[in-house]
Amino acid sequence: MLSRDTWKEIFETIQKNKLRTFLTGFTVALGIFIFVTLFGMGNGLNNTFAKFFGDDATNVFFVFPGRTTIPYKGYKANRRIEFENKDLTDIEDKFSMLLEYISPRITRNALVTYNDESDNYSTRAVGPAHQFAEKTILMKGRYINENDIKGKTKYAVIGRLVEQDLFKGEESIGKFIDLGGSVFKVIGVFQDDGGDNEERNIYIPFTTRQLIEKNTDKIDQIILAFRPEIGYAGAMAFEGKLDAFLRDKKFISPEDPNGIFIRNVADNLKQNQQFAAVLQIIISGIAFAVIISGIIGISNIMVFVVKERTKEIGIRKALGATPRKVTNSILFESIFITTISGFVGMIIGVVVLGQIGGKTLEDDYFITNPYIASGTAVFATILLIVCGTIAGYIPARRAAKIKPIVALRDE
Amino acid sequence: MIEIKDLHKSYKMGSNSLHVLKGINFSCEAGELVAIMGSSGSGKSTLLNILGMLDEADSGEYTLDGVPIKDLSETKAANYRNKFLGFVFQSFNLINYKSAMENVALPLYYQRVPRKERQEKSLKYLERVGLREWATHLPSELSGGQKQRVAIARAMAAEPKVLLADEPTGALDSTTSYEVMDLIQKINDEGNTILVVTHEPDIAEMCKRVIHLKDGVIVEDKKVEQVRASQYVK
Ligand SMILES: Nc1ncnc2c1ncn2[C@@H]1O[C@H](COP(=O)(O)OP(=O)(O)OP(=O)(O)O)[C@@H](O)[C@H]1O
Ligand SMILES: [Mg+2]
Repeated sequence: MLSRDTWKEIFETIQKNKLRTFLTGFTVALGIFIFVTLFGMGNGLNNTFAKFFGDDATNVFFVFPGRTTIPYKGYKANRRIEFENKDLTDIEDKFSMLLEYISPRITRNALVTYNDESDNYSTRAVGPAHQFAEKTILMKGRYINENDIKGKTKYAVIGRLVEQDLFKGEESIGKFIDLGGSVFKVIGVFQDDGGDNEERNIYIPFTTRQLIEKNTDKIDQIILAFRPEIGYAGAMAFEGKLDAFLRDKKFISPEDPNGIFIRNVADNLKQNQQFAAVLQIIISGIAFAVIISGIIGISNIMVFVVKERTKEIGIRKALGATPRKVTNSILFESIFITTISGFVGMIIGVVVLGQIGGKTLEDDYFITNPYIASGTAVFATILLIVCGTIAGYIPARRAAKIKPIVALRDE
Repeated sequence: MIEIKDLHKSYKMGSNSLHVLKGINFSCEAGELVAIMGSSGSGKSTLLNILGMLDEADSGEYTLDGVPIKDLSETKAANYRNKFLGFVFQSFNLINYKSAMENVALPLYYQRVPRKERQEKSLKYLERVGLREWATHLPSELSGGQKQRVAIARAMAAEPKVLLADEPTGALDSTTSYEVMDLIQKINDEGNTILVVTHEPDIAEMCKRVIHLKDGVIVEDKKVEQVRASQYVK
């Protein structure tokens, strides 16, 4: 489109007007840089949300017993509600069509010792299905199974960090640990995406825990999963029916806010996803506003550049520059600078995003792996270049149309 | 070479209009060296700018080297200026970020002369104005006289049919003025047509013909015995 000679002339002009070049380039590079980092941060925020909720299965209800606040059917208020094994089987029978799996959970803290090492850990007495609800990933050995439940075996599945702290690199499978005064055999080691705390848990069969605690049949909480095919609406309906069923069974008033609690992960997830999406929209909006102000910035600089060069344009015209040549040289100078600095800003932004992602950012600012899709970054950069070109074209065109005598008189 | 008939030009300022040129008739042959004189505001620059196609007349005829100059588009005017005309201004009008050589090469760039040839040619013309060793200097590093000589080299590099100079010595002291006039005379000796606007009588006497503008018309047009500037140059 342009001859080598024209490019050389443009390039020389750029080289010899460093301040002007710097001003234009800096505006563009800064605009793109801010866009890329902001947008990347938005994505990082979204990642954090995804991670928070990706840790557990999303089709899960956590059911907690509470304390009644309203007298009902002859029972006084302030009665403690407790779940027992029978409740598990009753729910299974009643909702077999909707239920995917169910597991109790009894949480106790215990001093755990192996040889000379000991520390306090949280133990969770659970059923086999608990593995799916927590998305526990077995690194070695196995999880608790039905036979353990029936046999009330003293088997323990320990977290990665428990193994690391107590066994110091020694093989843990098959070894015996003291768990709150009872000896348990380690049968598995797990990891969990939910973070370090999750990996400091120890899982044991819930029946074993009940046996230790004077052969009780009480349960702390019930974790159950619905069949995913019933969908979001189905899950909400299931939650309502389950709530009614348990209230009826435990004589809790339907109006009582505290007798029983059901935490619906699907509902939480949906709300949080919406929150994250709104946040992402706001951040994208700001990012695009930055691009727009970048475009306005370039237009202003172009107007300024043309103004500053009016006399020069007059001289060039007197020497035989056609309007088209004048427009082209101004325009291509701007395109050249915008393109180079746009991509420089973009690359710096991407590099900075890569550098800042890390533990502090993740823990303190909820930003995980900030990144920007290369398509988005390139699109924004090209948008800025194209709009900058159009914005530059108008003053360039006007400059080219000035009568040489008028341009020459400019001081 | 130049032929103008009944040229009129007025400037509009708000509701007023200032009639500057009121029917100029003028012609000159190739190889002439014409001084245009007149008091300040008499319209000398206006006339020269019209001749240079930097400005347009309101009415009248203008023929340059047999080509009628009328209703030109900006592009066409630019091409004619590039091919036919060289300009020398009172304030030099060099491009400040370009070296002397690059300034001289600029009209050649617009003539699409290849880069290498451009450099050779501009060095040749800088040599002729005695500034070859200043080729890489910026205008800010040159004296007024040197700047004007660069401007003359630039005007000559395009090998124009007519050289138009608006008070080329206006910003220079008399010694430097004579150096510049010496250069202009030498260029004229080679057969180039030159029009010089001046209000200094000694400069006008160094031309071959002097015309006087007054109240928008030419009131005097006489041939003069040319005073050579070389005798005043060291
Ligand atoms: N762009 C313009 N707009 C309005 N009036 C103008 C314009 N240019 C020139 N004039 C007026 O036209 C008249 C002639 O101007 P011109 O520049 O041709 O004079 P000149 O003979 O070159 O004078 P000088 O010797 O001072 O250079 C002046 O009165 C001037 O004020
Ligand atoms: Mg004048």
